[in-house]
Amino acid sequence: MKDKDYLNDITEIKEMMNKSSRFISLSGLSGVLAGIYALIGAYLAYNAIEDYKSSLLINYNYITIKHLAYINLEIYLVTVALAVVLLATLTGIILTRIKAKKHNAKMWDATSRRLLINFLIPLVTGGFFSLVLIQRNFVSLTAATMLIFYGLACINASKFTFRDIKYLGLVQLILGLICTQFVGYGLYFWAFGFGVMHIVYGAIMYFKYDRTK
Amino acid sequence: MGLINNINKAFDHRIRLGIMSILMVNEYAEFTTLKELLEATDGNLASHLKALEKAEYISVQKQFVGRKPNTKYIITDLGKLEFKKHIDALEKLIKRT
Repeated sequence: MKDKDYLNDITEIKEMMNKSSRFISLSGLSGVLAGIYALIGAYLAYNAIEDYKSSLLINYNYITIKHLAYINLEIYLVTVALAVVLLATLTGIILTRIKAKKHNAKMWDATSRRLLINFLIPLVTGGFFSLVLIQRNFVSLTAATMLIFYGLACINASKFTFRDIKYLGLVQLILGLICTQFVGYGLYFWAFGFGVMHIVYGAIMYFKYDRTK
Repeated sequence: MGLINNINKAFDHRIRLGIMSILMVNEYAEFTTLKELLEATDGNLASHLKALEKAEYISVQKQFVGRKPNTKYIITDLGKLEFKKHIDALEKLIKRT
């Protein structure tokens, strides 16, 4: 009989299963940009921390100045972190919308909703847990915690979008666990995980899925 | 030949194949979602859904969301079993050549 038809059938089945259950409009380019933002953020944070350290050497006698400088540093770091998250999210939304439009898909449908919920559950948990760590003075573990929970979020999300995101998650997870053993080097691990790995992953996604279409 | 027997005539159409594929991997699907994914007209899609319903491969849940009617389609256990058999048969047929 017509074998070509059967092959067509199988292809059609696979395509429908993927299209109806996975959100595939995620833009690879937005991953690259998110990585760049993270690296810039990490660089700004590194400079601020170094400045703070050197200011301690000069003003070591003045407790109030020290305290003020510490609060300033905290505010600065939180601002930088928020700016990175905001910029990355915004870029992600815009580029994903463009990509969805390109192949006539909706950006907000059952698949993207499911993807977002499953991504956010581990991520938000990790966010709150990191805040608790800061509250309890375990600041040295926050970078590792962020990496680990972000990795779990990616692995969880991989069931609802490109499977490849699972490997990004695994790398983040392993980086996070290694990071727990190198107290004081959190920022480097953070920059590597959120910066370099995002750029690598985003570029792979871009060449694998975006450019061919 | 046993292989050919497992090719299910009820699935012998692009739209029906699509409906079953979507319902295999989703808890349920609404009429509008199916319509968008399969790029079918209302009448065409409805008639294929009816046929699958008659064969008891899918079940229908009619609800009202506010005042809008909303129809959900769910694959039955029988539907899952038959569709799996159908896919197996297709794969074997392809591998044979």
